[in-house]
Amino acid sequence: MDILNSLIGGIAVAVTPLNLALAVFGCFAGTLIGALPGLGPVNGVAILIPVAFAMKLEPSSALIMLSCIYYGCMYGGRISSIMLNIPGDEPAIMTTLDGYPMARRGQAAKALGISAVASFVGATVATLGLTFFAPLLAKAAIHFGPADYFALYVMAFATIGGVTGVNPFKTLLAAMIGLLLASVGLDPGTGTARFTFGSFHLYDGFDPIVAIVGLFAVSEIIMYFESHALSGAGPVKLGRTLPRLREVFEGFGASIRGALIGFVCGVLPGAGASLGAFVSYSTEKQLNDKNGTFGTGDPRGIAAPEAGNNAASGGALIPMLTLGVPGSGTTAVMLALLVSLNIQPGPLLFERQPDLVWGLIAALYLANVVLLLLNIPMVGIFTRLLSLPQWFLMPVVVMVSFIGIYSISHSTFDLFVMIGFGLLGYALRKFDISLVPVVLGLLLGADMENNLRRALSISGGDFNILLQSPIALAIYAFTALMLAFSFGIAMRRRGPRSAK
Amino acid sequence: MSYTRKLLAGAILATGLTATSAITASAAECIAPADPGGGWDFTCRTVGRLLTELGLEEGSVQVTNMPGGVGAVAFANVAGKRADDGDVLVATSTVGVTQIAQGKYPGGIDVMRWVGMLGTDVGVIVVPADSEYETVDDLLNTLKADPTSVPVAGSSGAGGWDHIRLLMLADEAGMDDDAYKAIRWVQFDGGSPAVTQMLGGQVGAVSTDLGEIAGFVESGDIRIIAALSDDPIPAFPDAPTAKAQGYDVTGYNWRGFYTGGDVSDAEYQAWVEELKSLFDTAEWKEAAEANGLITVWRGGEAFEAYVAEQAKQMEDISRSIGVIQ
Repeated sequence: MDILNSLIGGIAVAVTPLNLALAVFGCFAGTLIGALPGLGPVNGVAILIPVAFAMKLEPSSALIMLSCIYYGCMYGGRISSIMLNIPGDEPAIMTTLDGYPMARRGQAAKALGISAVASFVGATVATLGLTFFAPLLAKAAIHFGPADYFALYVMAFATIGGVTGVNPFKTLLAAMIGLLLASVGLDPGTGTARFTFGSFHLYDGFDPIVAIVGLFAVSEIIMYFESHALSGAGPVKLGRTLPRLREVFEGFGASIRGALIGFVCGVLPGAGASLGAFVSYSTEKQLNDKNGTFGTGDPRGIAAPEAGNNAASGGALIPMLTLGVPGSGTTAVMLALLVSLNIQPGPLLFERQPDLVWGLIAALYLANVVLLLLNIPMVGIFTRLLSLPQWFLMPVVVMVSFIGIYSISHSTFDLFVMIGFGLLGYALRKFDISLVPVVLGLLLGADMENNLRRALSISGGDFNILLQSPIALAIYAFTALMLAFSFGIAMRRRGPRSAK
Repeated sequence: MSYTRKLLAGAILATGLTATSAITASAAECIAPADPGGGWDFTCRTVGRLLTELGLEEGSVQVTNMPGGVGAVAFANVAGKRADDGDVLVATSTVGVTQIAQGKYPGGIDVMRWVGMLGTDVGVIVVPADSEYETVDDLLNTLKADPTSVPVAGSSGAGGWDHIRLLMLADEAGMDDDAYKAIRWVQFDGGSPAVTQMLGGQVGAVSTDLGEIAGFVESGDIRIIAALSDDPIPAFPDAPTAKAQGYDVTGYNWRGFYTGGDVSDAEYQAWVEELKSLFDTAEWKEAAEANGLITVWRGGEAFEAYVAEQAKQMEDISRSIGVIQ
């Protein structure tokens, strides 16, 4: 009951006219920032922290506005995935796989509606988990060691071959390219520079968001130049501009499953939202893709990763608040936000500053409801985007991305890297190689390597450490089961067809 | 037409948001050579905010994040393009000087003018509350008997400041080069992840700055077996210093600023005085203590000399442990 009382206290703080107005503004701006490729929570929150100070907002009001922006960005990332086939941020990458095909069929409104509901489900599951189990889950997460994290990444990469369907070998090749790119930069264990060719700009490796914008958006423009003389893919069918109520609940079951998986990934500080979205999607596909519809616009293929990445983003707040350990770049920004408001996350936060914690949790519930209410009508705005001519839309998107990327790093070098990735993306598309595994390799490869290296540092180079933890063994067993199950499905599916 | 307008409005809003900080800024700029959220970012944002609030600067100080190469990108940028720009401060710390001493920046400490330091974090060796190691002697004796017996973690890679501080203790304990190179060192992305992994039983001890992990000491999850400071840490007066236990090792991680090497004496002195005025305020003391820093001032020539001495010391240590040749 203590929890409920505290929560009600928190909500009472949140629901004042000023705070509600800030919440609506935060949600709207957040969705927009998230939707623009290259702009994400890092820009949104980091840039608005000084604005919040300049407006002389109370800490609780600033917290409400900025957490609404944070959650808003998580909602917004899906929009450009679905509408333009360009992920708005890293975790939204899996949403391109089924979201874009559905939009191309003229059902953009349905895809946006499904993903809005799925985002809501994911974020709500995570916020509930945060409300009731935060300290407990943080204690459990502590027992995950480097060998266990490594097992988790092995599971992710073991299922990557099945993710983009068409040709598993091309998918594996793409993942390898991603892993190769992930090895560029300072080796975290020893500080030795790898593949940097003496340039300090490459010391931190390739920023995934720079790679994403380059691979997806810049290469799209190059493709457009090429196809312009020919007829090109043709305009997308517009269809309805608002989804039917019944449609948005398709894939609701997948949302629930995706939310639970994503939440677990979020709670583990070494995993994070991108892994959450990825595992949610691949599990859903392995278990339920009985007719081979994933990748062609299956509602479950949109619902699972969207619920997964929102649940993971919310779940990542648990280790951040209770341990002071940010699970990902985006939670690191939230950590910076709290510190700048003089809130010290860590084991004593819930005891020392309960008002602020419950204020934050109440703000997250509020953000969630506002975002759902805001996002359904906003579907209409975004679907109309598709009727804009490509020659206008794509350059504007890329231009905004350039500004966004430059505003984070203040480095023109990153802009050239982005163009380089655009050329790479163009080449890969020509060979019909999916870009999603490239980004997954880049996003997850560094963490996978770091955890392997940490495990081996602990054991002094003895590889047996990877198999000595019961948690790791359980993950390997689960991976084997899942692979067997999906092979089973694939066989059954192929059976009748080859019998023809 | 309406959707075009909305799209454009959206684009303008987004660009406006990214440009906001530039519009309201004063002439002064603080470069944080890291992504938002880290220690250098905190230094810039806190100092920048206080300079404005206390009226030492008119308008808000612009904070620019310029991540890359553990500060090398910002260093190269200032050395190459803004060496005489008296409006720029760059946040740095002992970690930056370690990088310079190990030749990982494009230039030595004499390329820049070192303005001042406002506070310092203190290095500590911590163990879980229920650890068998009661004192730093226990830990070091165990490592002496078998360097591979206890994996130790920190927030830097091998050869980084957290690692070096541990090796300084090992050196002081009389371990020879080969023995202490065999100590298993595990890198995590910060002090808190290292501590949580230690609580999960993955490593036996952690060597890192106190500030980020102070909460775990207060909550009783971990114990400080050695504080690498001259005097006991004010917040934890009962935690024994390494010196009090017979190991003459201190390991501070100060927070301060440099500016370009060609900045005029007048502008340089103005910065030194402005930071000194900030240091003398109650607001800075409060902000520093809230983040686990001990307030210590060194400015101007005294700071230049201090940095030079520290770089020399760091170079010697790095050479003796084989990080540089």
